[in-house]
Amino acid sequence: MNLSFWLNGKLCNDEVEPGMMLLELLRTKGCYSVKCGCETSNCGLCTVLMDDRPVLSCSVPALRAEGKKIVTMEGMQKEAEEFGSFLADEGAEQCGFCNPGFIMNIFAMERELTDPTEEEIQEYLAGNLCRCSGFVGQTRSIRKYLAYKESQKKEGIRE
Amino acid sequence: MLKIKNYVKVKSIAEAYELNQKKSACVLGGMIWLKMGNRNVSTAIDLSGLGLDTVQEREDEFHIGCMTSLRDLETNAALNEFTQGAVRESLRHIVGVQFRNCATVGGSIFGRYGFSDVLTMLLALDTWVELHHAGRIPLAEFAQMKKDRDILEAVIVKKTPQQSVYLSQRNTETDFPVLTCAVSLCGGRARTVIGARPGRAKIVEDPDGILNGLTEMPETERTGAVQKFAEYAAEHTTFGSNMRASEEYRKLLAEVLVRRAWETLGGMKR
Repeated sequence: MNLSFWLNGKLCNDEVEPGMMLLELLRTKGCYSVKCGCETSNCGLCTVLMDDRPVLSCSVPALRAEGKKIVTMEGMQKEAEEFGSFLADEGAEQCGFCNPGFIMNIFAMERELTDPTEEEIQEYLAGNLCRCSGFVGQTRSIRKYLAYKESQKKEGIRE
Repeated sequence: MLKIKNYVKVKSIAEAYELNQKKSACVLGGMIWLKMGNRNVSTAIDLSGLGLDTVQEREDEFHIGCMTSLRDLETNAALNEFTQGAVRESLRHIVGVQFRNCATVGGSIFGRYGFSDVLTMLLALDTWVELHHAGRIPLAEFAQMKKDRDILEAVIVKKTPQQSVYLSQRNTETDFPVLTCAVSLCGGRARTVIGARPGRAKIVEDPDGILNGLTEMPETERTGAVQKFAEYAAEHTTFGSNMRASEEYRKLLAEVLVRRAWETLGGMKR
Protein backbone atom coordinates (compact mmCIF):
# COMPACT_ATOMS: atom_id res chain seq x y z
CA MET A 1 0.00 0.00 0.00
CA ASN A 2 1.19 3.49 -0.72
CA LEU A 3 2.30 5.72 2.11
CA SER A 4 3.26 9.35 1.93
CA PHE A 5 4.78 11.06 4.97
CA TRP A 6 7.46 13.50 6.07
CA LEU A 7 10.60 12.00 7.56
CA ASN A 8 13.02 14.44 9.15
CA GLY A 9 11.77 17.21 6.88
CA LYS A 10 11.80 15.20 3.64
CA LEU A 11 8.67 13.99 1.87
CA CYS A 12 8.74 10.20 1.41
CA ASN A 13 6.57 7.95 -0.73
CA ASP A 14 6.82 4.27 0.06
CA GLU A 15 5.11 0.99 -0.60
CA VAL A 16 4.46 -0.74 2.72
CA GLU A 17 2.93 -4.02 3.83
CA PRO A 18 -0.45 -3.66 5.62
CA GLY A 19 0.88 -4.98 8.94
CA MET A 20 4.19 -3.13 8.94
CA MET A 21 5.00 -1.09 12.04
CA LEU A 22 6.55 2.35 11.86
CA LEU A 23 9.70 1.12 13.61
CA GLU A 24 10.42 -1.37 10.83
CA LEU A 25 9.79 1.19 8.12
CA LEU A 26 12.07 3.79 9.72
CA ARG A 27 14.91 1.29 10.01
CA THR A 28 14.55 0.25 6.38
CA LYS A 29 14.91 3.94 5.57
CA GLY A 30 18.22 4.10 7.42
CA CYS A 31 17.07 5.57 10.72
CA TYR A 32 19.11 3.21 12.87
CA SER A 33 18.78 5.38 15.98
CA VAL A 34 15.26 3.92 16.25
CA LYS A 35 15.77 0.61 18.00
CA CYS A 36 13.61 -2.32 18.92
CA GLY A 37 13.98 -3.03 22.62
CA CYS A 38 11.15 -4.80 24.40
CA GLU A 39 8.58 -4.83 21.57
CA THR A 40 5.91 -4.79 24.29
CA SER A 41 5.47 -0.99 24.32
CA ASN A 42 7.26 -0.61 27.64
CA CYS A 43 10.88 0.44 27.22
CA GLY A 44 10.64 3.66 25.18
CA LEU A 45 13.65 2.77 23.05
CA CYS A 46 11.73 3.19 19.78
CA THR A 47 10.41 6.69 20.63
CA VAL A 48 10.04 9.05 17.68
CA LEU A 49 8.08 12.26 17.27
CA MET A 50 4.88 12.11 15.25
CA ASP A 51 3.54 15.61 14.62
CA ASP A 52 5.71 16.74 17.56
CA ARG A 53 4.30 14.16 19.97
CA PRO A 54 6.40 11.27 21.27
CA VAL A 55 5.06 7.86 20.23
CA LEU A 56 6.30 4.28 20.39
CA SER A 57 7.14 3.43 16.79
CA CYS A 58 6.97 -0.30 17.62
CA SER A 59 3.23 0.13 18.24
CA VAL A 60 2.22 2.54 15.48
CA PRO A 61 1.17 0.93 12.18
CA ALA A 62 3.29 2.49 9.44
CA LEU A 63 0.13 3.40 7.53
CA ARG A 64 -0.96 5.67 10.40
CA ALA A 65 1.97 7.92 9.49
CA GLU A 66 0.12 9.01 6.32
CA GLY A 67 0.56 12.77 5.95
CA LYS A 68 2.32 13.06 9.31
CA LYS A 69 5.66 14.58 10.22
CA ILE A 70 7.97 11.96 11.72
CA VAL A 71 11.20 13.04 13.39
CA THR A 72 13.90 10.64 14.55
CA MET A 73 17.22 11.47 16.14
CA GLU A 74 18.78 11.54 12.66
CA GLY A 75 16.74 14.71 12.12
CA MET A 76 17.91 16.32 15.35
CA GLN A 77 21.64 15.62 15.26
CA LYS A 78 22.74 19.06 16.42
CA GLU A 79 20.29 19.17 19.32
CA ALA A 80 21.15 15.58 20.28
CA GLU A 81 24.87 16.36 20.35
CA GLU A 82 24.19 19.37 22.54
CA PHE A 83 22.16 17.39 25.05
CA GLY A 84 24.59 14.44 24.79
CA SER A 85 27.38 16.58 26.19
CA PHE A 86 25.29 17.27 29.31
CA LEU A 87 24.60 13.55 29.64
CA ALA A 88 28.31 12.74 29.33
CA ASP A 89 29.29 15.43 31.84
CA GLU A 90 27.14 13.71 34.45
CA GLY A 91 28.48 10.24 33.64
CA ALA A 92 25.01 9.21 32.53
CA GLU A 93 25.75 7.99 29.01
CA GLN A 94 27.08 4.44 29.69
CA CYS A 95 26.32 2.00 26.85
CA GLY A 96 24.08 4.52 25.07
CA PHE A 97 21.63 1.95 23.75
CA CYS A 98 18.60 3.66 25.32
CA ASN A 99 19.80 7.18 24.54
CA PRO A 100 18.03 7.86 21.20
CA GLY A 101 14.53 7.12 22.54
CA PHE A 102 15.33 8.87 25.79
CA ILE A 103 16.66 11.98 24.06
CA MET A 104 13.68 12.19 21.70
CA ASN A 105 11.36 12.12 24.70
CA ILE A 106 13.38 14.88 26.39
CA PHE A 107 12.92 17.06 23.30
CA ALA A 108 9.18 16.38 23.46
CA MET A 109 9.15 17.25 27.15
CA GLU A 110 11.08 20.46 26.50
CA ARG A 111 8.35 21.53 24.07
CA GLU A 112 5.44 20.46 26.25
CA LEU A 113 6.41 21.46 29.79
CA THR A 114 7.50 24.84 31.03
CA ASP A 115 10.11 24.83 33.79
CA PRO A 116 9.29 21.28 34.94
CA THR A 117 10.03 20.16 38.51
CA GLU A 118 12.13 17.07 39.15
CA GLU A 119 8.95 15.13 39.85
CA GLU A 120 7.41 16.26 36.55
CA ILE A 121 10.59 15.30 34.68
CA GLN A 122 10.58 11.84 36.21
CA GLU A 123 6.90 11.37 35.46
CA TYR A 124 7.32 12.47 31.84
CA LEU A 125 10.27 10.14 31.32
CA ALA A 126 8.85 7.15 33.21
CA GLY A 127 8.33 5.35 29.91
CA ASN A 128 12.06 5.33 29.11
CA LEU A 129 13.81 2.48 30.83
CA CYS A 130 17.55 2.52 31.34
CA ARG A 131 19.28 -0.51 32.78
CA CYS A 132 22.84 0.64 33.17
CA SER A 133 23.55 4.31 33.84
CA GLY A 134 20.73 4.97 36.28
CA PHE A 135 18.24 7.77 36.58
CA VAL A 136 20.02 10.07 39.06
CA GLY A 137 22.75 11.18 36.66
CA GLN A 138 20.25 11.43 33.83
CA THR A 139 17.93 13.67 35.86
CA ARG A 140 20.88 15.87 36.86
CA SER A 141 21.90 16.26 33.23
CA ILE A 142 18.35 17.14 32.16
CA ARG A 143 18.02 19.81 34.83
CA LYS A 144 21.34 21.37 33.82
CA TYR A 145 20.42 21.17 30.13
CA LEU A 146 17.03 22.83 30.71
CA ALA A 147 18.64 25.56 32.82
CA TYR A 148 21.17 26.13 30.02
CA LYS A 149 18.42 26.36 27.39
CA GLU A 150 16.47 28.76 29.59
CA SER A 151 19.52 31.00 30.01
CA GLN A 152 20.06 30.89 26.24
CA LYS A 153 16.48 32.02 25.70
CA LYS A 154 16.96 34.91 28.14
CA GLU A 155 20.22 35.88 26.42
CA GLY A 156 18.35 35.89 23.11
CA ILE A 157 15.69 38.20 24.54
CA ARG A 158 18.35 40.61 25.85
CA GLU A 159 20.15 40.72 22.50
CA MET B 1 2.49 -12.48 16.00
CA LEU B 2 -0.13 -10.20 14.48
CA LYS B 3 -0.64 -10.62 10.74
CA ILE B 4 -2.71 -8.15 8.76
CA LYS B 5 -3.87 -8.98 5.23
CA ASN B 6 -5.75 -5.79 4.33
CA TYR B 7 -5.62 -2.38 5.94
CA VAL B 8 -8.57 -0.05 5.42
CA LYS B 9 -8.65 3.53 6.58
CA VAL B 10 -12.41 3.91 6.59
CA LYS B 11 -14.31 6.98 5.42
CA SER B 12 -17.26 6.51 7.76
CA ILE B 13 -18.38 4.59 10.83
CA ALA B 14 -21.00 2.84 8.71
CA GLU B 15 -18.22 1.49 6.47
CA ALA B 16 -16.29 0.35 9.55
CA TYR B 17 -19.38 -1.39 10.93
CA GLU B 18 -19.99 -3.21 7.68
CA LEU B 19 -16.39 -4.39 7.39
CA ASN B 20 -16.34 -5.43 11.03
CA GLN B 21 -19.16 -7.95 10.61
CA LYS B 22 -16.62 -10.50 9.41
CA LYS B 23 -15.16 -12.45 12.31
CA SER B 24 -11.63 -12.17 10.98
CA ALA B 25 -11.85 -8.36 10.74
CA CYS B 26 -10.63 -6.17 13.55
CA VAL B 27 -10.97 -2.53 14.53
CA LEU B 28 -7.62 -0.97 15.44
CA GLY B 29 -7.39 1.13 18.57
CA GLY B 30 -3.95 2.14 19.78
CA MET B 31 -2.57 -1.28 18.70
CA ILE B 32 -0.73 -1.59 22.01
CA TRP B 33 -2.47 -4.73 23.22
CA LEU B 34 -3.57 -6.08 19.86
CA LYS B 35 -0.07 -6.39 18.44
CA MET B 36 1.02 -8.53 21.38
CA GLY B 37 -1.25 -11.40 20.42
CA ASN B 38 -1.10 -14.11 17.80
CA ARG B 39 -3.78 -13.29 15.32
CA ASN B 40 -4.48 -13.33 11.61
CA VAL B 41 -6.55 -10.29 10.73
CA SER B 42 -8.20 -10.32 7.30
CA THR B 43 -9.15 -6.63 7.42
CA ALA B 44 -7.69 -4.16 9.88
CA ILE B 45 -10.12 -1.27 10.25
CA ASP B 46 -8.49 2.05 11.01
CA LEU B 47 -10.78 4.78 12.37
CA SER B 48 -8.02 7.38 12.66
CA GLY B 49 -9.24 9.41 9.68
CA LEU B 50 -12.71 10.09 11.10
CA GLY B 51 -11.86 12.92 13.48
CA LEU B 52 -12.87 10.87 16.51
CA ASP B 53 -9.75 11.80 18.45
CA THR B 54 -10.92 14.77 20.52
CA VAL B 55 -12.59 15.55 23.81
CA GLN B 56 -15.46 17.98 23.30
CA GLU B 57 -16.94 19.78 26.24
CA ARG B 58 -20.67 20.31 25.71
CA GLU B 59 -23.26 21.93 27.90
CA ASP B 60 -24.17 18.80 29.84
CA GLU B 61 -21.49 16.27 28.93
CA PHE B 62 -17.95 15.53 27.79
CA HIS B 63 -17.95 13.78 24.43
CA ILE B 64 -14.78 11.68 24.14
CA GLY B 65 -14.14 10.27 20.66
CA CYS B 66 -13.06 6.64 20.59
CA MET B 67 -9.67 7.47 19.05
CA THR B 68 -8.81 10.04 21.74
CA SER B 69 -5.44 9.16 23.19
CA LEU B 70 -5.09 8.48 26.90
CA ARG B 71 -2.63 11.37 27.00
CA ASP B 72 -5.26 13.79 25.65
CA LEU B 73 -7.66 12.61 28.32
CA GLU B 74 -4.99 13.00 30.98
CA THR B 75 -4.18 16.57 29.97
CA ASN B 76 -7.73 17.76 29.30
CA ALA B 77 -8.11 20.70 31.68
CA ALA B 78 -11.93 20.81 31.73
CA LEU B 79 -12.38 17.11 32.41
CA ASN B 80 -9.76 17.19 35.14
CA GLU B 81 -11.31 20.21 36.75
CA PHE B 82 -14.66 18.42 36.69
CA THR B 83 -13.19 15.27 38.32
CA GLN B 84 -10.84 17.13 40.70
CA GLY B 85 -7.84 15.55 38.95
CA ALA B 86 -9.08 11.98 39.39
CA VAL B 87 -8.96 11.25 35.64
CA ARG B 88 -5.37 12.44 35.43
CA GLU B 89 -4.46 10.36 38.47
CA SER B 90 -5.97 7.26 36.85
CA LEU B 91 -3.85 7.70 33.72
CA ARG B 92 -0.51 9.12 34.70
CA HIS B 93 0.87 5.81 35.98
CA ILE B 94 0.22 3.94 32.74
CA VAL B 95 3.70 3.19 31.35
CA GLY B 96 4.91 6.48 29.84
CA VAL B 97 3.84 9.53 27.86
CA GLN B 98 4.74 7.85 24.54
CA PHE B 99 2.54 4.87 25.42
CA ARG B 100 -0.37 7.11 26.41
CA ASN B 101 -0.01 9.05 23.15
CA CYS B 102 -0.63 5.76 21.31
CA ALA B 103 -3.25 4.03 23.48
CA THR B 104 -6.83 5.11 22.82
CA VAL B 105 -9.88 5.47 25.05
CA GLY B 106 -11.91 3.35 22.64
CA GLY B 107 -9.33 0.55 22.69
CA SER B 108 -9.23 0.50 26.48
CA ILE B 109 -12.99 0.62 26.97
CA PHE B 110 -14.04 -1.68 24.13
CA GLY B 111 -11.48 -4.27 25.27
CA ARG B 112 -12.94 -4.19 28.80
CA TYR B 113 -9.58 -5.35 30.09
CA GLY B 114 -9.33 -6.43 33.69
CA PHE B 115 -6.24 -4.32 34.24
CA SER B 116 -7.81 -1.17 32.81
CA ASP B 117 -7.36 1.94 34.94
CA VAL B 118 -9.56 3.85 32.48
CA LEU B 119 -12.50 1.47 32.87
CA THR B 120 -12.28 1.68 36.67
CA MET B 121 -12.20 5.48 36.60
CA LEU B 122 -15.01 5.97 34.09
CA LEU B 123 -17.29 3.51 35.88
CA ALA B 124 -17.19 5.81 38.89
CA LEU B 125 -18.64 8.66 36.82
CA ASP B 126 -21.97 8.99 35.03
CA THR B 127 -20.50 7.47 31.89
CA TRP B 128 -22.20 6.18 28.76
CA VAL B 129 -20.90 4.61 25.59
CA GLU B 130 -22.12 5.43 22.10
CA LEU B 131 -22.21 2.36 19.88
CA HIS B 132 -22.91 2.56 16.16
CA HIS B 133 -25.59 -0.13 16.19
CA ALA B 134 -26.82 -0.32 19.80
CA GLY B 135 -26.81 3.44 20.44
CA ARG B 136 -26.14 4.97 23.85
CA ILE B 137 -25.97 2.63 26.82
CA PRO B 138 -24.55 3.07 30.34
CA LEU B 139 -20.91 2.05 30.64
CA ALA B 140 -21.81 -0.16 33.62
CA GLU B 141 -24.07 -2.20 31.33
CA PHE B 142 -21.52 -2.24 28.50
CA ALA B 143 -18.78 -3.45 30.86
CA GLN B 144 -20.81 -6.57 31.62
CA MET B 145 -21.61 -7.36 27.99
CA LYS B 146 -19.72 -9.86 25.89
CA LYS B 147 -17.69 -8.44 23.01
CA ASP B 148 -19.66 -8.21 19.80
CA ARG B 149 -19.14 -6.74 16.31
CA ASP B 150 -20.49 -3.27 17.11
CA ILE B 151 -18.30 -0.15 16.86
CA LEU B 152 -17.66 2.05 19.85
CA GLU B 153 -17.85 5.62 18.57
CA ALA B 154 -17.52 7.66 21.72
CA VAL B 155 -17.52 7.66 25.49
CA ILE B 156 -19.80 10.20 27.13
CA VAL B 157 -19.21 11.57 30.61
CA LYS B 158 -22.32 13.35 31.84
CA LYS B 159 -21.80 16.47 33.89
CA THR B 160 -23.76 15.03 36.82
CA PRO B 161 -22.39 16.86 39.88
CA GLN B 162 -19.81 14.60 41.45
CA GLN B 163 -16.70 14.35 43.55
CA SER B 164 -14.28 11.53 42.80
CA VAL B 165 -11.02 10.02 43.95
CA TYR B 166 -8.85 7.46 42.16
CA LEU B 167 -6.18 5.22 43.70
CA SER B 168 -4.16 2.30 42.39
CA GLN B 169 -1.40 0.04 43.59
CA ARG B 170 1.45 -1.21 41.44
CA ASN B 171 4.34 -3.50 42.29
CA THR B 172 6.59 -1.14 40.41
CA GLU B 173 6.12 2.17 38.60
CA THR B 174 4.69 1.80 35.05
CA ASP B 175 3.62 -1.84 35.61
CA PHE B 176 0.06 -3.12 35.31
CA PRO B 177 -1.90 -2.33 38.48
CA VAL B 178 -2.29 -4.92 41.21
CA LEU B 179 -5.56 -3.26 42.16
CA THR B 180 -7.44 -0.13 41.10
CA CYS B 181 -10.09 1.76 43.03
CA ALA B 182 -12.29 4.71 42.16
CA VAL B 183 -14.91 6.21 44.43
CA SER B 184 -17.38 8.97 43.78
CA LEU B 185 -20.34 10.81 45.12
CA CYS B 186 -22.18 11.05 41.84
CA GLY B 187 -25.53 12.82 41.92
CA GLY B 188 -25.39 12.43 45.71
CA ARG B 189 -25.02 8.66 45.42
CA ALA B 190 -21.95 6.81 46.70
CA ARG B 191 -20.26 4.70 44.05
CA THR B 192 -17.23 2.46 44.55
CA VAL B 193 -15.41 0.65 41.74
CA ILE B 194 -12.71 -1.96 42.17
CA GLY B 195 -10.66 -3.10 39.19
CA ALA B 196 -7.65 -5.27 38.33
CA ARG B 197 -9.14 -7.86 40.69
CA PRO B 198 -7.59 -9.12 38.26
CA GLY B 199 -10.95 -9.42 36.50
CA ARG B 200 -12.93 -6.57 34.96
CA ALA B 201 -13.68 -3.59 37.15
CA LYS B 202 -16.90 -3.92 39.15
CA ILE B 203 -19.15 -1.49 40.94
CA VAL B 204 -19.63 -2.25 44.62
CA GLU B 205 -23.06 -1.06 45.72
CA ASP B 206 -23.86 0.22 49.18
CA PRO B 207 -27.24 -1.48 49.77
CA ASP B 208 -27.25 -0.79 53.52
CA GLY B 209 -26.56 2.91 52.99
CA ILE B 210 -23.41 2.83 55.15
CA LEU B 211 -22.09 5.91 53.38
CA ASN B 212 -25.39 7.82 53.26
CA GLY B 213 -24.84 11.42 54.30
CA LEU B 214 -21.07 10.87 54.59
CA THR B 215 -20.02 14.46 54.12
CA GLU B 216 -22.47 15.72 56.78
CA MET B 217 -21.46 13.17 59.44
CA PRO B 218 -19.37 14.20 62.48
CA GLU B 219 -15.75 13.09 61.94
CA THR B 220 -15.78 10.11 64.35
CA GLU B 221 -18.95 8.77 62.76
CA ARG B 222 -17.49 9.35 59.30
CA THR B 223 -14.33 7.39 60.18
CA GLY B 224 -16.44 4.50 61.42
CA ALA B 225 -18.68 4.52 58.33
CA VAL B 226 -15.73 4.56 55.95
CA GLN B 227 -14.02 1.67 57.79
CA LYS B 228 -17.25 -0.32 57.85
CA PHE B 229 -17.83 0.20 54.13
CA ALA B 230 -14.20 -0.65 53.26
CA GLU B 231 -14.59 -3.98 55.06
CA TYR B 232 -17.95 -4.54 53.35
CA ALA B 233 -16.47 -3.79 49.89
CA ALA B 234 -13.53 -6.16 50.37
CA GLU B 235 -15.87 -8.86 51.65
CA HIS B 236 -18.37 -8.51 48.80
CA THR B 237 -15.95 -8.39 45.87
CA THR B 238 -14.48 -11.41 44.13
CA PHE B 239 -10.70 -11.43 43.74
CA GLY B 240 -8.30 -13.76 42.00
CA SER B 241 -4.60 -14.51 41.86
CA ASN B 242 -2.13 -13.93 39.07
CA MET B 243 1.61 -13.34 38.73
CA ARG B 244 1.27 -9.87 40.30
CA ALA B 245 -0.59 -10.69 43.49
CA SER B 246 -2.57 -13.33 45.28
CA GLU B 247 -6.30 -13.29 45.95
CA GLU B 248 -5.66 -12.80 49.68
CA TYR B 249 -3.34 -9.86 49.09
CA ARG B 250 -5.85 -8.18 46.77
CA LYS B 251 -8.60 -8.57 49.34
CA LEU B 252 -6.48 -6.90 52.03
CA LEU B 253 -5.41 -4.22 49.59
CA ALA B 254 -8.99 -3.52 48.52
CA GLU B 255 -10.00 -2.71 52.07
CA VAL B 256 -7.08 -0.28 52.39
CA LEU B 257 -7.62 1.45 49.04
CA VAL B 258 -11.38 1.77 49.49
CA ARG B 259 -10.89 3.20 52.98
CA ARG B 260 -8.22 5.66 51.83
CA ALA B 261 -10.23 6.76 48.81
CA TRP B 262 -13.35 7.43 50.89
CA GLU B 263 -11.28 9.15 53.58
CA THR B 264 -9.94 11.46 50.88
CA LEU B 265 -13.34 12.11 49.40
CA GLY B 266 -14.80 12.63 52.87
CA GLY B 267 -12.20 15.30 53.55
CA MET B 268 -10.44 13.30 56.28
CA LYS B 269 -7.26 12.93 54.29
CA ARG B 270 -5.51 14.84 51.52
